[in-house]
Parts: sequence; structure tokens; C-alpha cells
Amino acid sequence: MSCALLLLLMSLALAMGTGAAVEIQRPRGVPLSKRQFYEENKPFTCLDGSSTIPFDRVNDDYCDCRDGSDEPGTAACPNGSFHCTNAGFRPTFIPSSRINDGICDCCDTTDEYNSGATCQNTCREMGRKERESLQIMAEITKEGFLLKQQLIHEAKRGQEDKQGKLTELQGSKKGLEEKVEALRTVKETAEDPEKEAKERHLKAWEEQKELIRMEKDKTRMAEAFLELDDDADGYVSVAELQSHLELDPDSDGSLSETETQGLLGGADKVDTSTFETVWSGIKDKYLSEVSQGQSEPPAPVETPQEEESRDFVSDHDSDHYPEDYAGEEDVEDDEEDDHEEEEEEEEKVPPTVQTPEKREDDEVSMPPYDTETQSLIDAAQKARDDFDEAERALREVDDQMKNLEKEIGFDFGPSAEFAYLYSQCYELSTSEYIYRLCPFNRVSQKPKFGGSETNLGLWGQWAGPEDNLYSVMKYDHGQGCWQGPNRSTTVKLTCGKETVVTSTSEPSRCEYLMEFTTPAVCQEPASLDEVLHGHTEL
Amino acid sequence: MAAFIVRMGPLLVLWLAVFLSGTWAVDRGNFKTCDQSAFCKRQRALKPGQSPYRALLETLELTNTKLTLQLINDNNKVRLLLELYRLQGNMTRVKINELKPLKPRFEVPDVLINDPPTEPLSLLSQDENGVVLSLGADSQWLIVSAKPFRLDIMEGREVLLSLNSRGLLAFEHLRIRKDTQVDPEGAEKKEETDAANEPAEGETAKEDGMWEETFKSHTDNKPNGPSSISLDFSLPGVEHVYGIPEHADSLKLKTTDGGDPYRLFNLDVFQYELFNPMALYGAIPVMLSHSAQRTMGIFWLNAAETWVDISSNTAGKTVFGQMLDYVQGSSETPQTDVRWISESGIIDVFIMLGPTPTDVFSQYSSLTGTQAFPPLSALAYHQCRWNYNDQEDVAAVDQGFDEHDIPYDFIWLDIEHTDGKRYFTWDPHKFPQPKDMLQGLVDKRRKMVTIVDPHIKVDSSYKIHNEIRSKGFYVKNKDGGDYEGWCWPGNSGYPDFTNPEMRAWWASMFAYDQYEGSMENMYTWNDMNEPSVFNGPEVTMHKDALHGNWENRDLHNLYGLYVQMATAEGLIERSGGVERPFVLTRAFFAGSQRYGAVWTGDNTAEWEHLKISIPMCLSLGLVGVSFCGADVGGFFKSPSTELLVRWYQTGAYQPFFRAHAHLDTPRREPWLFGPENTALIREAVRQRYALLPYWYQLFYHAHHSGQPVMRPLWVEYPQDTATFSMDDQFLLGRDLLVHPVTEEGGRGVTAYLPGKGEVWFDVHTFQKHNGAQNLYIPVTISSIPVFQRGGSIIPRKARVRRSSSCMEHDPYTLFVALSPKRFAQGELYIDDGHTFNFDKQKQFIHRRLSFANKALSSRNLAPGSQFITPSWIEKIVILGASKPSKATLKTPDGKENLLEFEFDASMSVLTLRKPGVNAGVDWTVVLQ
Repeated sequence: MSCALLLLLMSLALAMGTGAAVEIQRPRGVPLSKRQFYEENKPFTCLDGSSTIPFDRVNDDYCDCRDGSDEPGTAACPNGSFHCTNAGFRPTFIPSSRINDGICDCCDTTDEYNSGATCQNTCREMGRKERESLQIMAEITKEGFLLKQQLIHEAKRGQEDKQGKLTELQGSKKGLEEKVEALRTVKETAEDPEKEAKERHLKAWEEQKELIRMEKDKTRMAEAFLELDDDADGYVSVAELQSHLELDPDSDGSLSETETQGLLGGADKVDTSTFETVWSGIKDKYLSEVSQGQSEPPAPVETPQEEESRDFVSDHDSDHYPEDYAGEEDVEDDEEDDHEEEEEEEEKVPPTVQTPEKREDDEVSMPPYDTETQSLIDAAQKARDDFDEAERALREVDDQMKNLEKEIGFDFGPSAEFAYLYSQCYELSTSEYIYRLCPFNRVSQKPKFGGSETNLGLWGQWAGPEDNLYSVMKYDHGQGCWQGPNRSTTVKLTCGKETVVTSTSEPSRCEYLMEFTTPAVCQEPASLDEVLHGHTEL
Repeated sequence: MAAFIVRMGPLLVLWLAVFLSGTWAVDRGNFKTCDQSAFCKRQRALKPGQSPYRALLETLELTNTKLTLQLINDNNKVRLLLELYRLQGNMTRVKINELKPLKPRFEVPDVLINDPPTEPLSLLSQDENGVVLSLGADSQWLIVSAKPFRLDIMEGREVLLSLNSRGLLAFEHLRIRKDTQVDPEGAEKKEETDAANEPAEGETAKEDGMWEETFKSHTDNKPNGPSSISLDFSLPGVEHVYGIPEHADSLKLKTTDGGDPYRLFNLDVFQYELFNPMALYGAIPVMLSHSAQRTMGIFWLNAAETWVDISSNTAGKTVFGQMLDYVQGSSETPQTDVRWISESGIIDVFIMLGPTPTDVFSQYSSLTGTQAFPPLSALAYHQCRWNYNDQEDVAAVDQGFDEHDIPYDFIWLDIEHTDGKRYFTWDPHKFPQPKDMLQGLVDKRRKMVTIVDPHIKVDSSYKIHNEIRSKGFYVKNKDGGDYEGWCWPGNSGYPDFTNPEMRAWWASMFAYDQYEGSMENMYTWNDMNEPSVFNGPEVTMHKDALHGNWENRDLHNLYGLYVQMATAEGLIERSGGVERPFVLTRAFFAGSQRYGAVWTGDNTAEWEHLKISIPMCLSLGLVGVSFCGADVGGFFKSPSTELLVRWYQTGAYQPFFRAHAHLDTPRREPWLFGPENTALIREAVRQRYALLPYWYQLFYHAHHSGQPVMRPLWVEYPQDTATFSMDDQFLLGRDLLVHPVTEEGGRGVTAYLPGKGEVWFDVHTFQKHNGAQNLYIPVTISSIPVFQRGGSIIPRKARVRRSSSCMEHDPYTLFVALSPKRFAQGELYIDDGHTFNFDKQKQFIHRRLSFANKALSSRNLAPGSQFITPSWIEKIVILGASKPSKATLKTPDGKENLLEFEFDASMSVLTLRKPGVNAGVDWTVVLQ
């Protein structure tokens, strides 16, 4: 039974071991700041005022107060907290449930006074270490902060430069715009006569072509008539035409007499002049007896590969259980991603159906323009070229301005101290990969031993906590993950003299974490004394 | 009737539409239907009718222990040998084998804990029609009818159960392949020959698949030919049957008419589907029947692929149809018919006659043993993920729990912790100093589990592989070479765990000097032990693979049990027999409860999967496996925050409480969802920790007497028909009723509080409710509806710390919930929490706490035991109490102390302040 420990235990006047400072008496687990509420031998009122109990019930290992304030030094209250003085280090509060749980939580060992745990007082050692690291940090911060000032200064100058350049560009843009307008007029003026001359030329050519076509048709008709008029009697008869099954109007495979008669306009036979009307009805279907049987079959229409790739996808989704598992392997996973992308691309390409070239008679090419027309064309072309040139120049200026505006518009921090990271990239090499952080742009990962680069996220936004927004960068919408989200990366920024990626990890599948040091986040250093003493006692 | 159906039509269509619109997660095509499993198809084609079997009464022999009798199949003249045993504890064993099989048929070893003790059968009467045997007390008889052969177990004039009453006994005898000398191309022809020779076997003409069977690209060679067995059981008066896990289905088993039978065949099913009879990771061929009059069990001891058909004469009827029966005075007794079909082996059935649920649990555990008593810490919270990436990750997660003040006991490492999926090794980059990591956990009084799967990478530079190969311990393929299949490491061998020498060697690999980097706070997880073979038929081992002389076909469902058995033995051995092991397994069989915990495998982060965790674990509990849980949060996919919170709240009240997640899911440690949700999860986990004394006591009972920890309501209220199909709420032991919120956006739940004349107390508000009512409880996101039975006493530890070990010596708070008659009873069990000393040296405290006549007392329940605990009684909370004038504590030394108390009149709650008495001694508190 633990009656002994139920007694109110007062801190000893002398701190353990080497601590020589005199401590003020107070119940176990009470911080100095609350000492006045625990007055020995006077009834104790719970700090939430909920009830008042005799003083011997403070730290008697039974929870009487709803807020747990009667048991600052025991584990009796589920919501209590215990104060460790931790002389030589930092004082701290721990949950009451950690008192006498066999685990050393306070460096001054005061939380384990009855558990049998053997704890060493490590406060002085921890204090020393902390001071050392704080010192180092302070130095870094100090130097970093100086660098930061420089960065701010440079950023300011850079910003001014860019602003100046922008103004300059705005000026030249105006000139260019005027020039473009002027050249447009020139161009349009030159194009009108050009268009007219070209149309004239074209029309003449069309007329000529029509003549040639009619000529050719006539020749074909004459040839056909001769071909059909087997008995050379100057008439094409039903019987003579009936052998041309391709003319079968109902496509039932036979050309009946009635059908043939129909083709001949009701007559049994026709002469050359009547044949002209018959010919116009049959010429599209008619196959010359000479070429019949030799005509090439239409080129096979190439089936798009789409179906095949779909099959593959569905297979992959449902059928291949082991492969689903195999997908857990990093490398294979990436491969699968790649597959999917390729497939997608394939699917996007419209199926290339090759229409067979169907030109019966070779097209006779258009004759060259006459010199007058040609010179109009040449003049118009020059005006167009000049105009295009001017327009291109304007676009370039526009682009430059847009880039500048974008850069100027970027949130580079309260004093633009992050501006220097723009258009830079930083790499970190691990055993397998090279990670690459291009601030305000993208994060990527490339296997060291071959393989393509993977996009781990594009610049999203500043994502630190409200009071420290510029401590975290978020990159998202990277390459998709198999059955998962798109890759994304969180970049944590810490103060450092150098700008460098210090570590990367993938705490969750496809969610990367990168640590990055930069002077730009270094805060104005408090004096070292302040740093150390600000912590000693609350 | 017709009108009724028409009216139901649109509803049915709607139901179908809803049902079919869901996407099928599982690829059903990877797994066989009965139609695709040749023996199931052959057997199922056999319809009820006159049995061709006849008992040859002249061959009857009765000895002290058993009755033997030959059966003959009048169609083919093949003789069978029937053995009947009356077993101690009201059980009957029925064994049927071929009288003279061509070669021995497989009989399942290592599942029964001993040769079940028998009691003599006495012959009451005999004539040419059959014999009547006495089954001892309660006027129970066993009637053997000769022609056709059938067995009936009677009590008085009532038939409890009949065997072969539907004539579905079918025993495919071993035979010589008639065409073995014939050219191999004639493969197809031979079956026809066979069929022609035995047209009267009772099988239909469809006989293909007897000597060879192909599924997808896999061919199963069957050198032994057809060997399947089948038997039917009729259960008059029964409308509810349960058990035969593992299926993702309701607690009450459904009839299988018009669909596939329930299948028992251990399989690694990727993204399994709910509410269907497909096989899953484990198989326990035990079915319980229950009616308001009686509970019974059927244990079909067969480890081959098994299918179970269930039909019922009432199940098909609608409420309308049942009413029609009533109106027309049709008085057909309800009856459930069950048929078991197995691919090989013998018929060996244990009929557990109850009559109460408790009796059936005792009967079954007398056969296969009880739940392993786990280390106390294993009942606490487990944090798992595929995978914790490296040592730093483990340290950071451990730290995260402390920072957010959430307790946990175990952190788990999945397959990625190994060196290239070589079990018993560590990835040298990610886990270079495993002992440092484990020591870090020891310092926090926490523990770790690492995964050790039974597939072994075929790699000549891997010690484990080389030893298994050189000792010839691998399973062999049909041609005698080492069987190889594809699994996590790539090409893998599968140790033959059915070989006791192999198991002994495997166990020795867990010794601290063998398993490098292991320490005493590191335990084991056996996954993929169905076994999973990625490129095997149905993602498992080929049935013609060889385990010594036996085919995988004969013992498939036993493999997983053996893996866990050998692993648990290894953990015991490494501690010199002192420490209790903790091993989690995915595959299991009857008897697996003796070796540790099981979980419901790779579930999904969906609300329906949360709900199904209740019937899945209830079903396992009914057949011996109490230590059951589902992956909290769901394994596949990412849960919504609400689902995750609800899952923690549910899991906190289920036996095995472990969060787990797939590699491809975003992290989900409890503090990643904002402070409110962190607080909700913290509260759920803390409720678990506070209740650990009760959980531990329930597991002690499960270990001691085979009673399930998590129970359907009907187990405790066997006559309350309203409870028979209930599986959205459950009992923990007798005294806690849990109705977790498993509906998305749930604003309230309707809990059924059983027990006419009883009362239940809300454990959070102490509000009293009457029993035998449906109680609507409005809920918020923080609600976990839990009720304590009036009449019970539950011990808790109110000081929740960061791990259960840290709470070992903490004081107890007793919650005394009075019955309307102002009575209550409970227990307190305490031991060291992790060794076998409770068993070997009787080092434990087991006390009876009882409240009667205004006095609460603690008395020793185990006089032969002794154990010293520093724990004391911190507080006593009496629910449903009246205000006393004083409370006096009396201790054995004769001292009397007045106790201070507080009384809350609005809730009738009396709180006794700090009795302070040691938890291990006698004491009494008298209220005046």
C-alpha cells in the first residue's frame, strides 16, 4: 500500500546533489507562479473554484477537484499537470499521468519519486547542450539575418530594376503597337489587289478546267459507246448493256431486261446522240471493260489501336491481382504511371484513317501566275512579312512584360527576401534519387541510375501557420500516383547561412517533405542572454 | 400470393438496381464458384431423395468407447465404416470412412487437443429396422435406422437433429483410374467410362473433373481421383444458424438456395466484397444452431475445401406467407437443413448438443481448446501501417502519441522493414539499429510487432532459405521438386508447416540469437498464410502440391493454423517458456484460437466495412476465436475523418484494436485530422485503456472456459427472439452492451436493451434505462453508446497512461450497477500481465465482488492462488443507489473505517471516496 506517498510531500529545502540554491517550499508539482494558492494548513479551494477541501487532501493521491488542481504531484487526476523545476535546464509541465509511470520525463527526476525507476538528473547536461546549440543557432541566426538584410536590399534593387525595365518596355510597346497598326494598313492595302488578281486567275483556270473535263467526258462516252456497241451497228442495245452488272439499280446481282431498258430511257436501243442522256445516268457507275477486273480494291482502312490499349487498361484494373500488388514496388509503380500516361496520349491522338487517294484522271496543275499578278502577290507578301515581324516584336515585348509583371507580382515574402530564389534550382542527392527544388516553380525527382524525371509538385502557395506563413512552401499537382493522389511536396524552411536542401522524405505515399535552409527566414536575433534566460522560470 | 409478389415487384427492382449499381471491388473471376469446383458441382447435382446407403446391422459392434457398424451403398456395393462415440460433456461424434480404402484417407491431426474422452453407449433396443442407443441423461436417444441409413438424435419425443434424412450422404470412394495405360490424349474419354461403370453411384452423368480439373490457366492433377464427401443434417425447430467463418456476411447465416453455398477455403481475396458466401482468409467448419429452446453445434472436422448449403422451410416465406400459414392453420414446424461437402478426407462430425449457448462453448473448447490468454498489453491499442518507413519514422510516431497524449502499446512494422522481403532480417538502410529502436520503445514501456510471412525468398544468399532447402522442409510440387510460387519477395518457397520437425526448426528461428535485432518486447505477425501465392490457382497453392504424403487438397485450410502454431511456439521458447506469446494471423482453422489473435484481413475504408466488422468478429467468437478485430480506418482507400473517428470508437470496444492502412493511402495517425478529431480519437482510446481490467478478465474467462469475449445478444438472452438476428450491437462478456455508431452522419441510434425486468446504465451519463425495450439514443460525434447491465460490477483503471504497462500498479475504480433488486456481482482478475505464472504457479488474484444487502464485499474465488499486487481500490461508484447515512469499510484485520461519500440524487449515483484497501485482500463496505 502506498500510504506513505499519499502524505503531502514537500520539496526539500535543498535541491538534490549539487544544486545549492534554496528552493521555496511548495507542494510537489506546483509551479512557483501558483504557489500562493497552496497555503499549508489552510483549506484548499480548487483553482476552478468548484469546491474547497482540507489541505491534507492536496496531493493525497485521490482526485477531489474537477480541474485536477488538488493533485499537482500525483497521477490521481486525469486532467492534472505536474511542474518540473528542472534546475539547470528548462522548467516544464507534464501530464499527471506521467508521474510515477516508470518513465523518466523530467530531467530533474522529480516525476518518478515512487515508481522504482532509476532516473539520472540530466538537467545540467541538457542545459549545457541546449545552450551550446542555442549559441550555434544564435550565431547562425545572426549571420543569417545579416545575409537576409542583404537579400532584402538586393531584392529591393532588383525590384526597382524590374520596375524600371517594365516602364521602359511599356514605352517601347507603345511604339511597337503604332508600328503594327501602320504596317497592318500597308498590308491590307497591298492584299486587296492581290486578292482580286488571284481570283481572276483562278476563275480563268476553273473555266479552262471545266472545258477540259467536258472534253474528257465526251471522249469517255464515245469510248464507252464503242465498247458497248459490240455488234458495231451504231446502237447500244439492251443485250449489249446487260453485261454491265455494276449498273444494276437495285444491286441484287442481276441486271434484268426491264432494268436495262429503264437505263436506256425505255428504249430497246439507242444511237450515239440518245446515248448522251443515257450516259449521264450511268457514267458514275460504269466500269470500262478494259480496266474492269484490274481496278484495285480500296486500301484497307487502318483500325486505330485504341481498342487494344483499352483492353490493356481494363485488364490491369481488374484482372491482374498479383500485378496490383506488384504495383507497390516503387519502380514498378512509376513504370505503371508512365504506361498510363502514354496510353492516355495515344487515346488523345485521333485515329488516323487513311482515305485512299481516288483520282481517276491526273489533275492538271494550275499554270503559273502572270507577271502582273505575281508582282502584286510579291508586294503583298512583303507587306505581310513586315507586319508579322512587327507583331512578333510586340509579342516579345508583351511576354517580357508579362514575365516581369509575374515576377513583380510574386509573393516573395514581407520584404521580398525570397526573391533571390526565383529561377534558381537546388539539388539533393540521396542513395537512389536526385531531388531538385526550383523555388516558386517545381519540385522533381530523378533516379540516379537512369529513368525519367518525376514531377513532385508545382508551386502552389505559402503554407506556414498563420503566425509564420513564410516558413512552409507547398507544391502540388505533381504526377499522379497509382490509385492515389497527385504527388505533392511540402518544403519546410529553416534559418541557415546557406541556401540548401538538407533532407527529403516521403512520410506518406506520394506526399514528400523537404527541408530547406535559407537566410531569408532568419529572424532578428534576440541577444543570447535573452534566449537563455527567457526560459528559466515561468 | 401472386398479388403480393406483384406488389413487391417494383421494390425488388429498386433493390436490385441499388445493389447492382455498386462497383464490385473484388474480381470474382479469380475465384471459383461451386459450378467451377468440380466436386462441388458433382455433389450439388445430387438432389435430396432416398439414400442408397443401408446399415448392415449384423456388423454392429459395441465396445466401451464406441459403436461400429458397416454401411453399404446398394448401387455400387462399396462399404463404409461408421463409428459412433458418445463423448463426455453431451456430444456425439460420428465418423464415416471407407471400410477398405485403396489408400488411407486424410484425418485431420493437431486440431483436437486430445482424444476426446468417451462415455459408454448403451443399446436400448434393436430390431431389423435399426437400433436405439441411450445417450445418457435427459432421455436422449440416438436412433440408427438401417434402410435407408439415417441417424436421429432425440430428446424425449422430439428430434433434435437428423443425419442423412435427406439422403445426401455421398462418399466418393477411392478408385483406380481405369485408363491409366491408355494413350494420354484419350484423357477426356476416361471419365465417361468411369461414369458408365458406375451409373448408380448416385451422381449425375456429369462427371468431368474427377481426374483433372482446369481453372483459368491452372490445371489440377488429381492422381487420387474423386474423393469428395457429403452429408446432410436436418434441424427441426431451428430457424437460426450461425458460425462457419470466415465470410463477410451477416451474423445469422442465410439460406443458399439459388446461390452458391458458403465456401470454406483459405484464400487471399483482394478487396473483398460484403454480404456474400465467398471464401475468405480463414475457415472454421463449425456451425451453431439456436432456437428459444436449445442451442447446438455441428463441428465438421475436415480441412479440405468445403462448401456448406443451408436451406430452410421458413426462410423463403415472406411475412405475408407466414401470416397465411397462421390464418390457414398450417402448422409446419420450422426446420433448417444443412449440407456439408468436402473435397477429400473423411466424415468426422462432432454434434454438440448444448443445450445452452454456454454449454456449446464449453463443449467446443473441450475439443479444440480455448483462446490463448494474451499478454495484457496486446489488449491495448496497436498502431500499424504499411509501412513505418524507418527508425526515425517509428521514433516520430512514438513521439507523436506522447505529444498528443494518446496511449498506445504496440507499433507495427509491415513487410518493408525487411531486407528485400527476407523475413527475420532488417533493411540495412532504413532499420540499421533495430535494437536501439526497440530499446527506445522499452524505455517508454511499449512494444513492437514485426511481420514474418511464410513465403521464403528463393535466394541462395539467404540463410533461412538455404536451411529450409537443405533440410528438405519446403512443400513439394507434384513432381517432387520444391514448390515455388510468386509472392512479395518474387520467387518464393513455402515451408511445410505440417511437418513437426519443420515447425520446431521454425520456432527456433525466433531465438534472440537467431532473429538478429529482436528483443523481448518484439512480437510477431503472420500474414499471407492461406498461403497466398500470387501466380497460383485462386491466388493460393496448387492443390496437388505435396506436404509429405498428403496433398495440399487434403489439408489446405490447416496451413495457416500451423504457421501461427509454430510462430507462437517460437516466442514461448525464446523466453524459456516463461512469457506468453502474441502472434496475429490472417489465415486460421478450428483450434487457431490457441495461438493468438486474428483479424479480418484487408478491408476497405467504407462505412459498410465498419458495420461488417461486428458480425465478422461475432461469428468468430461463437466458434472459439475471441481475439478478433478489423483494421481500424479500413485498409484500402482513405477514410473520411468521420469514418475514422467512428471506427476508433467501434474498435475501442472490439477485442483486437489495431489501426492499419495500405501503403498507398495518406498518413492517418490520430493527430492528423485537426485538434477536435484528435480529441475524439484520444477519448475513444482512453475509454479502451480505462476498461482494460474488464477486457483482461473477459480474456481470462475465454481462456479458462471458452466463453466468447464479444457476444451476440442471444447468447445471454437465448429466449428473446428479438435478439436472434441482431448484429449491429453486441455484448462484451455479460455486462456491457455496445451499440457503436456506424452510420455516416448518424444523429441517433436505436439500441435494443434486452432483459425484461432488468435495467441498464449508460456508462457515460449513468442514466438508467429499462430492459426489453428499443431505446433511441441521440448521438453526437463524440458518442459511443455503451451500457452496463444492472446487477454487474465492472473494474476500471481511471488513470489512463501512455501504455498499459505504465498502468500496471494503478488503483482500481469499481462501477457497481445495481439491479432492481439492489444486487450486483462482478469479478476482479489480476496477474503479472505477461507470463505463464498464472497457470504454472497459480500466481494470480481472482476475486468475487458482490453487492447484496447493502454491503459490497470482495472474496477470494481461487483459494489455491497467490499473487501480490500494489494496486488498491481508489473509488467505488454505485449506480442506482440510495443515499446511505454512513459507509463503513471493514478489512480482515478487524479495522473499521468510515468512508466519505458523495451522492448525486438526480442520477442516484453514490461515490465512495478512497477506500484505499489493497485489491488482493478481503474487504467489505457496509452502507447504512
